[in-house]
Amino acid sequence: MEHILSWLVWLPIIGMVVITVIPRSQEDIIKKVAAFFTGVQLLFSILLWKNFDSANGSMQFMERAEWIPSFNISYILGVDGLSLPMVILTSLLCFIGVFVSWNITKAVKGYFALYLLLDTGLIGVFLALDFFLFYIFWEVVLLPMYFLIGMWGGPQREYAAIKFFLYTLFGSVLMLVGIIGLYFTCGKTFDILLLMETAPDALKNELWWGMSAIKVIWVLLFIGFAIKVPIFPFHTWLPLAHVEAPTAISVILAGVLLKLGVYGILRINYGLMPDAVWWFAGSLAFLGLINVIWGGLCALAQTDLKKLVAYSSINHMGYALLGMAAVIAAGSINGGDLKAAQAGLSGAVFQMFNHGTISAMLFILVGVIYDRAHHRDIEGFGGLANQMPIYAGITALAFFAGLGLPGLSGFISEFMCLIGAFPVFKAIVIASTIGILLNAAYFLWAFQRIFFGELNEKYSDLPEINRLELFTLIPLAVITLFFGIYPRPYLDLIKATMDVIIENVVFVANFASM
Amino acid sequence: MDQLNSYLFIAAILFSLGVFGVITRRNGIAVLMGVELILNAANINFIAFSRFGGMNFDGHVFGLLVIVLAAAEAAVALAIIINIYNNMNTINVDQASQLKQ
Amino acid sequence: MNNIFINYSLFILFLPLVAFVVLIFTGKRLPRQGDWVAVSAVLFTLVLSSAMFVAMLLDYNPDFSQQSGFTWMDLGAFKIEFGILVDNITIIMLLVVALISSCSHIFSLKYMEGDIRYSRYYAYLGLFTFSMNGIVLANNLISMYMSWELVGLSSYLLIAHWFEKDSAADAGKKAFLTNRVGDIGFFIGIMLIYSSIGSFLFSDVFAGVAAGKITGITLTLAGIGIFLGAMGKSSQFPLHIWLPDAMEGPTPVSALMHAATMVAAGVYMTIRLFPLFTPDALLVIAYVGGFTAIFAASIAITQNDIKKVLAYSTVSQLGYMILAVGTGVYTAAFFHLVTHAMFKANLFYGSGSVIHAMHHALHEKHDHETDPQDMRNMGGLKAKMPITYWSMLVSTLAIAGVPLFSGFLSKDAILAGTLAFAQHQPEHFLLPVFGFGAAAMTAFYMFRLIFMTFHGEHQMPELINDIHESPKEMTGPLVLLASLSVFVFYTLPNFNPISDHGWFTDLVVPRTAVVPGSMTAHEIADYAHHAHGLAMSLSIAVIVLGIALSVLIYFKKVFSAETWASKLGFLYDWSLNKFYFDENYNRFLYQPFLNLSKKVAWLDWEIYDRYFINGFAWVIEWYSRVTGKFDYDGIDQGLVDGIGRIVGATGHNLRKIQTGRLQNYLLYVVAGIIVMIIVQAF
Repeated sequence: MEHILSWLVWLPIIGMVVITVIPRSQEDIIKKVAAFFTGVQLLFSILLWKNFDSANGSMQFMERAEWIPSFNISYILGVDGLSLPMVILTSLLCFIGVFVSWNITKAVKGYFALYLLLDTGLIGVFLALDFFLFYIFWEVVLLPMYFLIGMWGGPQREYAAIKFFLYTLFGSVLMLVGIIGLYFTCGKTFDILLLMETAPDALKNELWWGMSAIKVIWVLLFIGFAIKVPIFPFHTWLPLAHVEAPTAISVILAGVLLKLGVYGILRINYGLMPDAVWWFAGSLAFLGLINVIWGGLCALAQTDLKKLVAYSSINHMGYALLGMAAVIAAGSINGGDLKAAQAGLSGAVFQMFNHGTISAMLFILVGVIYDRAHHRDIEGFGGLANQMPIYAGITALAFFAGLGLPGLSGFISEFMCLIGAFPVFKAIVIASTIGILLNAAYFLWAFQRIFFGELNEKYSDLPEINRLELFTLIPLAVITLFFGIYPRPYLDLIKATMDVIIENVVFVANFASM
Repeated sequence: MDQLNSYLFIAAILFSLGVFGVITRRNGIAVLMGVELILNAANINFIAFSRFGGMNFDGHVFGLLVIVLAAAEAAVALAIIINIYNNMNTINVDQASQLKQ
Repeated sequence: MNNIFINYSLFILFLPLVAFVVLIFTGKRLPRQGDWVAVSAVLFTLVLSSAMFVAMLLDYNPDFSQQSGFTWMDLGAFKIEFGILVDNITIIMLLVVALISSCSHIFSLKYMEGDIRYSRYYAYLGLFTFSMNGIVLANNLISMYMSWELVGLSSYLLIAHWFEKDSAADAGKKAFLTNRVGDIGFFIGIMLIYSSIGSFLFSDVFAGVAAGKITGITLTLAGIGIFLGAMGKSSQFPLHIWLPDAMEGPTPVSALMHAATMVAAGVYMTIRLFPLFTPDALLVIAYVGGFTAIFAASIAITQNDIKKVLAYSTVSQLGYMILAVGTGVYTAAFFHLVTHAMFKANLFYGSGSVIHAMHHALHEKHDHETDPQDMRNMGGLKAKMPITYWSMLVSTLAIAGVPLFSGFLSKDAILAGTLAFAQHQPEHFLLPVFGFGAAAMTAFYMFRLIFMTFHGEHQMPELINDIHESPKEMTGPLVLLASLSVFVFYTLPNFNPISDHGWFTDLVVPRTAVVPGSMTAHEIADYAHHAHGLAMSLSIAVIVLGIALSVLIYFKKVFSAETWASKLGFLYDWSLNKFYFDENYNRFLYQPFLNLSKKVAWLDWEIYDRYFINGFAWVIEWYSRVTGKFDYDGIDQGLVDGIGRIVGATGHNLRKIQTGRLQNYLLYVVAGIIVMIIVQAF
């Protein structure tokens, strides 16, 4: 248990090194090695979960080492209730993703080597507690993603890859400026925990070009994270990248990559600049509303199934934003409604996880049908429910989870987000409930067009979903169902950390006059 | 002093003839002979200055040194010319231009 | 005695769910496709709920109430307690659900025989029953909302059971989406209540309202929001559009849905939450209910599809119940819910039996064109299907509100309440007008249905020989439910056919709304009691009027229905076409909405992304091309390479002096010396 976090981060890199020494022709062994290393990583993250003290809201399993002392850069890892579920989600999806990519035939060696590098980057972002390290992992994610989309993607893969890369790089650059700004105003350190203590005071009266420094840094970092979430108007890389990426990469993109943004906002923006949360929460809720409505409307109009799912991600992340904005309900100005703050924030963090599992399922399902029919046009199917009953059943589960049906996990987090945000942002929340209808409309309509009606003659010999595909879907389906019925294990895990975040924001607010 | 001038005059003529020979002749042997003339022009000067300049035997010593040097030079140069002749069947110095690019 | 109720309720709640899970995963591999799993589960719940019912009667305590729960979610301050609440209303409702559900299960054994998704069908029935019981037993808003949505899901699955037909798939989707519109209202209502009171438990909510934590317009809005949910589920105007389409589902499902599960949920919920509605909210409820009652009845008059008539009649009857809730006599609404469940389920099974027979007969003739549900193709079935006929007749008498039958008692209570309400607030005179008008129409169209189906000559004589009475599995429920439409089951231990006094009124007593300033239950009951005599005579009068008209037109054929229809002109057309609601919704709601979504998607992808986001890329690309050009052509090619070229050219020219000939060089030396000498000389 001593260095479990380091093991989690570097295991895939070891796997990558192993893969690079395997001859290119041994494709089967390469796949098995990738499965082995991600599997061990999953075991480690479960072990971490087992040993995690959920009553303790602060960082655990901390690791600290000097790295570049002249710039005060250290190697710091740590895990708390906010990052632990994300770590588990990442290792789970990366493990499942290996099996989703089992049918890759093009340059298998390169694919899995990059895949494992991506894995390291993702886990690293969630565990890094040094801002510099965080940024490095953040960029490490970008690089393999570029190649994975650009080389193994669909017809427009190069355009999609370059767009994704430039879009996110643009955000990263702004973020880097923000990081450097923080570094120089807050005592020349990259240690996030230290910054959490010093930043609020150091930034308080700082003015840059006549603007409050805290707002400038907030906005810089926020844009960097917002592009990953993605928050309207920074969302257009997403449909393209999701559609063009190979199935497993879409799963990782939707399941984990989008969470980096929300995680970053909660960890960095909320942690380091709690004053500005008050200033920005209204905009955040409003952006959430736009995400919900805009994503929903766009999804309704899609004819490409994968694009529909991609837009539904935009829609779903909107709820998480609403929930995050609810934190300020706990402040005395808003009547100190701690219940709403807890519901909203936990809802947002729960929504991250649920969207991760649900959208992963959705993308795998799209991949399954694409592998068989070689197109994704919703109008081009019809009557598949009798042809592929098991597939139809699992798709129904995933779609209903996506549209927020009670008994499935998506409902609980959405409802918590909305109910949390309601006391503070009544009009916005009421407007965003239209999203509940939109969700149902686009999912049901798509379901009807694909599965109901007379069977399309072209597909009368379409094979049913196979065992490997089932193996990738069932764990996710079980999680969705389980948390939908009994969300308590998850919520108990994050509760203490959520309280710490709320306390941090509210404590500051009671002394700030923003 | 007139005597010195006439020595120098003869040496100058010899030198000019030597230079002229070196510049204009294409035959390796002829060029070599021009060089001998130049050396001997120098010798005349050494001796003349030794006699009229009050410099004891310094001039004579140098004169002897030059004669020895000329002999050695002639030997080496003739060896080179023979080698050129063996390789190229000519002793025209313009032909020996392989090093030129 | 204590925990028995809770334990039984838990069994009743979860048994159908177990059946659902078992059938979903193993259904096709079980013998008989596992129908016995579902049937035995639901029969077991019937036994349990009957036991609870008997226990309730033995106990005879109007204040009986038990709760039990656990903490489902706990975040410190934010907590959700789940639990079940058992009181007399719950027990009666559980029995109704179990009874109707059992009948549906048994009826379907024959009706659905040979269906391609037979085990799926039974699984969904189990889910439906489970979700409805979840609503009935909920003691808090959240678990009620969750079950509420699950009811929507199961209705979607069952209505779209024959999804090969586009109309069925459409109807399922429509039901779900229309319900979602209502659910949004319900959800907003829940949020309004929670943000003021901080608890989801009914008891806490009522206490909070009573303590004035939420008042005035907020409470009214919360009430209307919650009622919106009921409007969706109970298919009240203008969200009524899904229910007639839901006839696309199998008939036993229609029976279940119309009698006990889906549509009853809305009324049940308003009854459960009655104490928190403000007078303003109640007024809205009353008008919506009253208008729905008369509006749907006016459509039912002209429909020709036997199930459509029954569907609109359900909408109309639900309007009655909602009207009753709105006028404060919510126990009468519950009473009507129960009696209506019996006779409406019976009517649906009856129609199912007729359709089954017609379908069978048409099948024999290899006629797949004729609509087996169209009443214009029926007639004279009385002799062929006596059990169906008599049981349907009993139910028709009950729904029309003829004395001696259960409908009379419950409808009367509602009409009395409405009349009393108008007597005390004369500006709302429209409410009783709606009520009595709907009563007259109900009597008319129900007898029209009976006459067109069972009396006269069969309109397709070639079929009549192939029409047979349905098997026992189907007639059994018919007889059972028809007998339950007799007044005596509801008035025991009294035998007065024109007074509803009995165990029901003893055990289900109205409670005063907790909203400060509401009328007390006692006042409402008192007023209704005074209006009772007048209401009863008036209702009998309008019923007789309705039946008489029906007899004259459809039985004695004194007047021709066609001439009347043409005389009424556009009114007839409007009614026949359901007031063009579907068309107008389609034109003014769905299509604009879909267009909006297309526009937004276009804006997002073709304009915003292509021009704005890619525009950034273009600008940067253009800029980089310009700087690139400057860099290459100007600096690199011009300046740096230029110097190089000058040096190169110089060298190139100078190179010519280098002949490689020693003699030349010597010549240069001599020439140089000569030049130097000359320079020296001057």
